Amino acid sequence: MATAVEDRADKRQSPLSDAVVVRFAGDSGDGMQLTGGQFTLSSALAGNDFATFPDFPAEIRAPQGTLFGVSAFQINFGSSAIDTAGDAPDVLVAMNPAALKTNVPQLKQGGLIIADEGEFNDRNLAKAKYDANPLDDGSLAKWQLLKLNISQLTMDAVKPFGLGNKEALRCKNMWTLGLSLWMFDRDRAPLIEWLNGKFAKDPNLAAANVAALNAGHAYGETAELAGPLKQHHVDPAPADPGLYRTLTGAEGIALGLVAGTQLAKLPMFFGGYPITPASAILHHLSRLKEYDVTTFQAEDEIAAICSAIGASYGGSLGVTSSSGPGIALKGEAMGLAIMTELPLVIVNSQRGGPSTGLPTKTEQSDLYQAVYGRNGDAPMPVVAARSPGDAFECAIEAVRIAVQYMTPVMLLTDGYIANAAEPWKVPDLASYQAFPVEFLTEVPEGGFKPYGRDENLKRPWVKPGTPGLLHRIGGIEKEIDTGHINYNPSNHQAMTDLRKEKIDGIKVPDQIVELGAEGGKLAVVGWGSTFGPIHQAVRRKRAEGKDVSHIHIRHIWPLPANLGDLLKSFDTVIVPEMNTGQLKTVLRDQYLVDAKPVNKVSGQPFTIAEIEAAIEGALA
Amino acid sequence: MNEMTTIARTTTLKDWETDQEVRWCPGCGDYAILKAVQRTLPEIGAVPENTVFISGIGCSSRFPYYMETYGFHTIHGRAPAFATGLKLANPNLDVWIITGDGDGLSIGGNHTMHLIRRNLDCQIMLFNNEIYGLTKGQYSPTSRVGTTSPSTPYGSIDRPAQPAAFALGAGARFVARGFDVSKELPNVLKAAHAHKGAAFIEIFQNCIVYNKDVFEDFAAPKGAEDRQLWLKHGEPMLFAKGTRGIALDSDALTLKTVDVVDGDWQAAGVIVHDVTNRSVAHMLVEMRFGAFPMALGVLYDDPRPTFEADVVRQNKAASEGKTADLQSLLKKGQTWTVTEGGPEL
Repeated sequence: MATAVEDRADKRQSPLSDAVVVRFAGDSGDGMQLTGGQFTLSSALAGNDFATFPDFPAEIRAPQGTLFGVSAFQINFGSSAIDTAGDAPDVLVAMNPAALKTNVPQLKQGGLIIADEGEFNDRNLAKAKYDANPLDDGSLAKWQLLKLNISQLTMDAVKPFGLGNKEALRCKNMWTLGLSLWMFDRDRAPLIEWLNGKFAKDPNLAAANVAALNAGHAYGETAELAGPLKQHHVDPAPADPGLYRTLTGAEGIALGLVAGTQLAKLPMFFGGYPITPASAILHHLSRLKEYDVTTFQAEDEIAAICSAIGASYGGSLGVTSSSGPGIALKGEAMGLAIMTELPLVIVNSQRGGPSTGLPTKTEQSDLYQAVYGRNGDAPMPVVAARSPGDAFECAIEAVRIAVQYMTPVMLLTDGYIANAAEPWKVPDLASYQAFPVEFLTEVPEGGFKPYGRDENLKRPWVKPGTPGLLHRIGGIEKEIDTGHINYNPSNHQAMTDLRKEKIDGIKVPDQIVELGAEGGKLAVVGWGSTFGPIHQAVRRKRAEGKDVSHIHIRHIWPLPANLGDLLKSFDTVIVPEMNTGQLKTVLRDQYLVDAKPVNKVSGQPFTIAEIEAAIEGALA
Repeated sequence: MNEMTTIARTTTLKDWETDQEVRWCPGCGDYAILKAVQRTLPEIGAVPENTVFISGIGCSSRFPYYMETYGFHTIHGRAPAFATGLKLANPNLDVWIITGDGDGLSIGGNHTMHLIRRNLDCQIMLFNNEIYGLTKGQYSPTSRVGTTSPSTPYGSIDRPAQPAAFALGAGARFVARGFDVSKELPNVLKAAHAHKGAAFIEIFQNCIVYNKDVFEDFAAPKGAEDRQLWLKHGEPMLFAKGTRGIALDSDALTLKTVDVVDGDWQAAGVIVHDVTNRSVAHMLVEMRFGAFPMALGVLYDDPRPTFEADVVRQNKAASEGKTADLQSLLKKGQTWTVTEGGPEL
């Protein structure tokens, strides 16, 4: 990655030498996600490219000061393309001892720690299981340490507003944000505007927060610090002219589903059941009624998918969404949607598994479940999003396949994509080709066949309420054409073949090579949210002159028609994925290529360095 | 019921039959229920293309294949969830759910409860034969204690669920009972259809193979008068040819049977059936057969706004004054413009 930090002649020398990664860490109640979110906006307005990684505990309000209650938000921003939230932070803001303890090991050697020493009291040190105060005992010597009593400084700053102790301390995150804004030479005005909007009902609280923000900023500006605190200016990253916004994966999915149903000219029915990290999609869609969206919070995961299938039967596009455990519960109903050949989109925001696993951590271990995880021969298309912006495109693609082939489609995303934000150039919807659905409304020439097929092997979609086309569907094997119950051996063989042929025949775009040549020594093949670290690692290795290419698969099932030949044009294929080797197995099975696994299942995304090491290993 | 079914079009029983061979066991109670439904639909002016039968899994759930309507034979226990999605997608459809004691109260008990609680406008016909027929005779959640079956060779131990009490407890606004061969069944179905909202009908159904004549004690024609209490709104709760009736034991706060002398039911304190009286409905669904006659007909009927109507209303209200301009939605929130000169708000 290109150096993103430019030292300013009139400022002190920057200790930073690479792209800037800042990690805000504090107690769950310290407002770190909010601080990170606003710093992200500020980065966007500064024209930096960026990627973020919110990393928070599964507990809603974990006991204060505990190690498991630490909530962190990491942002990587720079003046060139940013693909990941960064490997090791350059700056760690630690609001208490627990935040320091859990996050400092990842900090880059020589990196800067900003610690709120006001929180490093005996009680909090004990909760973080520190025997001695790390701010004083020299244990942080390999990093630069800036101790500030942020708690006290905040209290002083907000004193004129007469807040209670607890309320005053809540402004700490804004003080910290103010200091961070100063560090990176950022404009405060948009944040002040945001605060005034957020606390519009309580102008005093708004003023206190603004005062804290200003005080943090002023502290950086005026304090005579001989220490490590310096100001940096990160130049804007080159970007296509246009309108931008920040987008999370959950927003990308929700907006993409709305766009997809508009392109299909269908109303959307979304059946969901609360589950981390998928619920955000339900939340977004439930506010979009004017887009002909009906949302339904069902009594369980099974009812969520069944209601969506019922809605598809009625002529809406049924959509359901969950995470691994919920997807497992939906399996039988997916089989029914396959058997009755009704369109449906199933979104799986993957998380660490098996069972309840790691609800708030990311993993890509549901690929087998998506491709194979149903009883019977039950083929189903699978599309995987690589980033929040890509989630928008993939959602449209999932809708397209569902309605053009009358099939359920699984859309894979993961906890990382769902929560992470990236700058997104707002697309021009007029540039998308519509694919309006045509329902069968009258008896066609040659008679009505509920299981008759077009050139895509798609059966007709008939809405109940249509005169003259009455028919029955269900989960028992269908007779070819008529759809009547049929247990005949030859019919079952033929129908099984037809279902497979239909899915195999889905037209998906040819696989492209993201970076590098279409053949050579090494291909790094990825899918989903590993895009960022793979892309950066391949870019760096190519800059070193290594013969390595990056291939990233969106269409997991059916796979692109050219993929087998493409993979065979490389001497070596490695497949980094956040599971124990699932895509690797599929590729081996489909193409008899010696794809080698590179696996990580720690609940944390790959770092660029890890992929670089894997590339080195494969080329050695 | 729904608005579209009021469009008059004359149909006959034949119009509601499909060309499919009916595959229930000869003598199964399901045949009588099928005929009752096919007889009822023309009488209520139902329109075949607007009518949808949705079922789960079990003997009863084959029902949709035999109805010349739209039909969806879904998965075990989940018919209410499919019906909910369908009805929300198109509230104008006339939706009938066909389920059984295993389908609707065991594997699908959760969905039955929530459908009733939400008050989706549909008819739920629960065929209660107190046995799992399609899987060859295991005891079911409504089987009586001591039922011997392949899975309970020494007799079943768990206490049976009471479908009507379950429905009322879940918040049902319409609860009725009937039995397969009863001549009153079409009237019960008509009342259920006329009710706007979730109408729950428990239909005792004779499984002649695995649980033969288990309802004979009250359903047998002989002596039926003494063992059946057919409830009619506004009429006294009389049985045994008017010689006995149901009264309130106001000390114990329970129902009791009383003798009616010379037809003077008022003197005997016999209750007049009010289908909107929820307290009495609770007592009726709990009324134990044996000490009492079997309560049949419409036990409770007091409509309130339906789920799908409320959803439509809320969707409409939330959309009021807004346009579905997706392009502007994409631009919503905090945005910035990148020009040649760099970003700006």
